[in-house]
Parts: sequence; C-alpha cells; structure tokens
Amino acid sequence: MLAKRIIPCLDVTDGRVVKGTKFLNLRDAGDPVECAKIYDAQGADELVFLDITASSDGRATMVSVVERTAEQCFMPLTVGGGIRSVEDFRIMLRAGADKVSVNTSALQRPELISEGAEAFGSQCVVVAVDAKRDGPGKWRVYTHGGRKRTERDALEWVREAERLGAGEILLTSMDADGTCGGYDLELTKAVSEAVQIPVIASGGAGELEHLAEVLERGKADAVLAASIFHFGKHTVSEAKAHLASRGLPVRRRFGD
Amino acid sequence: MSSPILGVIDYGSGNLRSVCKALEASGASPRLITSASEMSGLDAIVVPGVGAFAHCAENLRATGLWEPVREWAASGKSYLGICLGYQLLFESSEESPGIEGLGVLPGRVVRFAAGDLKVPHMGWNSLRDTAGPLYKGFPAEVSMYFVHSYYPVPADEDILSAQCDYGVPFAAGVSRGALHAVQFHPEKSQAAGLALLRNFLSTL
Repeated sequence: MLAKRIIPCLDVTDGRVVKGTKFLNLRDAGDPVECAKIYDAQGADELVFLDITASSDGRATMVSVVERTAEQCFMPLTVGGGIRSVEDFRIMLRAGADKVSVNTSALQRPELISEGAEAFGSQCVVVAVDAKRDGPGKWRVYTHGGRKRTERDALEWVREAERLGAGEILLTSMDADGTCGGYDLELTKAVSEAVQIPVIASGGAGELEHLAEVLERGKADAVLAASIFHFGKHTVSEAKAHLASRGLPVRRRFGD
Repeated sequence: MSSPILGVIDYGSGNLRSVCKALEASGASPRLITSASEMSGLDAIVVPGVGAFAHCAENLRATGLWEPVREWAASGKSYLGICLGYQLLFESSEESPGIEGLGVLPGRVVRFAAGDLKVPHMGWNSLRDTAGPLYKGFPAEVSMYFVHSYYPVPADEDILSAQCDYGVPFAAGVSRGALHAVQFHPEKSQAAGLALLRNFLSTL
C-alpha cells in the first residue's frame, strides 16, 4: 500500500537551517547536512530544502549543501527557492536533488513548469503554492515568500500547474503557517480534490494529531513539517507511530 | 575480492550522481559509460533513467549506446535497470506511441488509469511476492520509493520478481537470468535500496 509521506522541511539561508514563523523572525537550527542525516536515520520519507537566500553566493552554497546531502542520504530530496530557469533545474538535479520546487518564478512565467517537465520529466517538477484565505471557499495565491498578493485563485492555479506538467503540489497555508494550530484542512482538501497529482500539505503543524488530520480529512498525500521536528518536540518515528495508530499507512524502516 | 566494476550508462538522462553514490555505498566501483568503447571490462551495466520514454530512447540512440546496451541485455550479461532503464527493456510504451523500446523483453508499458488514484504513483509502496537474488534476506514487508506514471506489463509472467499494488497489481520488478530490472528507485530507498544493490553485486 502506498504510504503517506512525512517530509521534514529545512529552510536554508547561507548554508544554515532556519525556521521562519509566519515567514518572519528567523531562528537558527543547525547545519542542513547534519539535520538531513538525523531525519534520514529517523526514517523520514523525503526531505525538502528551501533556499531562502536571495544572493548568488547563497545559491552556490546551496548547491554544495545538496551535493553533500545526496552523498550521505539515499532518500528523495527536493530543492526549492530561487529556481528561475531550466538551467537552475539542471544545476540542482545534477547536484543530487530529485525534485525541484518552483513558486514565484512559475507564477511570473508559467511556461517554466512545462519547460522543466519536458526537459526532466513531470516527476521532478513540484509547484509550491502559498495560499491565503480570501473569502468562503476561496484562497488567493501569494508570491515572494508570502509578501506579494497576486490575482490568482489558488484552485485555478493548481489546475493550471497540473495541466502544464507539474508532478506534485506543495501547498502552504499562509493563515496556518507558524501558528502550530494545525493545517488548513479545508484548503488542503479543496486543492487535493482539484488535481490528480499528489499534494503535500504544509503550514501549521504543532502536534502529531495535526498530521493525521490533514492526511485524513484534508486528503493530503504527504505532510511537510519543520518546527515540530526541528526543535526535538517530536521525532519522525513518533509521528509515524501516531499515524499508524490512526490506521494511516506509513512506511516502516527496513529491518524494523 | 576487488569490488565489481559497474558501468552506469550515461545518456544524459536521470540522476546518475545518486545512482553512483548508492552503488559506491553498496561496495561497487561505478564508472560512467558514455560510449560503446567504454563497455569492455565491465562486470555489469546499470541503466538508470527518469523522464519520458521517448526522450530516454532518443538520448540512448544519440549516444550510440542503444545497440550495445540492447546486445548486452539480450545476451544474458548482468544488467540492472532502474525506472526507465526497466521500461526501455520492453517493446513499446503508451507514453510514446510509435517509439520502439529495446525489445529485450516481450510486453509493453502502460499508464495507470485515471480515477481516484493520484498519478504519478509517487512515494513509498510495499512490495509483495518477491523472488530471486535481489530480494534475498528481505523481511516479509519491505517498501521502496516509486515515482512513475507508467508500468511495464511483461508478456511472460515467469520473469516477475516483485509485485506491487497501486489500484492495480503491477510488475515492480523482473529478473531473467542475470538481467534484473526494477520500477522503483533503490538509490532513493534508504537501507532497503542499498540492501537490494548489495544483493545485485553479490550476483556478480
């Protein structure tokens, strides 16, 4: 049976892991490669590195972080942040990433999705969507790390992204992100039902039950979480044990 | 014994770096193969690949490796196909009508039917009915990492060495003599994947 995936996300700037609260107030939480190894050992199903550095120096640092991680962790790795061209895709995939996540640049130029899919396959194109509630059953897409409002409706945008060749949607609720009060179940369910491709829910996890809720009621295929794991509140193994106790399919580690 | 020399077929497709690193971690000495002349002295070849069937087939032809790889696989030498390197062994794919596969194994590659299931089939899924040297010593339940929208339907069911279920049962892997191929990604399947690669090396 296909397992529900638990994906720790590491926000990285200048080679260091940070976690933003509501996209602001960054706190340092260590070396990304060391973090990746810890999550690998805990049985995380995938890892996401989000490069929040704007500078080109930071970009080169990120490539090295991806290379060093891929040498030591034999697990799926997604890299996002600042990807603007097929060449950026190529650099990250060459470094050892399996998937590349695009957000602002795809909204500015949606063909980037189809170009990436044609060159490397849909399976490596993740479209990250930052959505904020804009009325009953309506969500608006934001860009630039949630700072800039667009004219796009979230459900319309994910359908377009799928049509252009996206292989997966990484959905962040800006309302829930950083609150630790749980994922936006209504948004996640609406997006998951709008597309045929897998949806990763992000933003709001504070307790293990939140993960179960969004996988069940929110119909997500995977959960992304940061703070809940970074500060040692819970391990990925504990999260899996909790999901299993709720009857959700999770992957057991080899030999366990 | 020195570590086996594996030729990883480099035809500009797929994440070769991950495959090579996983092979190294499993005890092999991988070598990137970009032309037919580099294929002598190898103990086995590994054919990775992600992306579209037609794209992979075109690239393999463009490098001049199509015929050498086909001959290698057809002659019963040690071969490990991963993902597209598995699908390419068959005759054709629904993904790319009119494009020929290597045709080493009879059968075709078909798409998961649209319905309630998300496509691509992405993530960790459990194998069942595993058989043969690649799965030696495996526990009853083992999961591997899959990312694909198409899967081969081998005409000869006797070659099935691993099955998986995603809406429908499908052939997650096949083995015929020294030829082995899998739909999942051992190089991304953590300890389970490395165990499978070590098992492959121990057949050499």
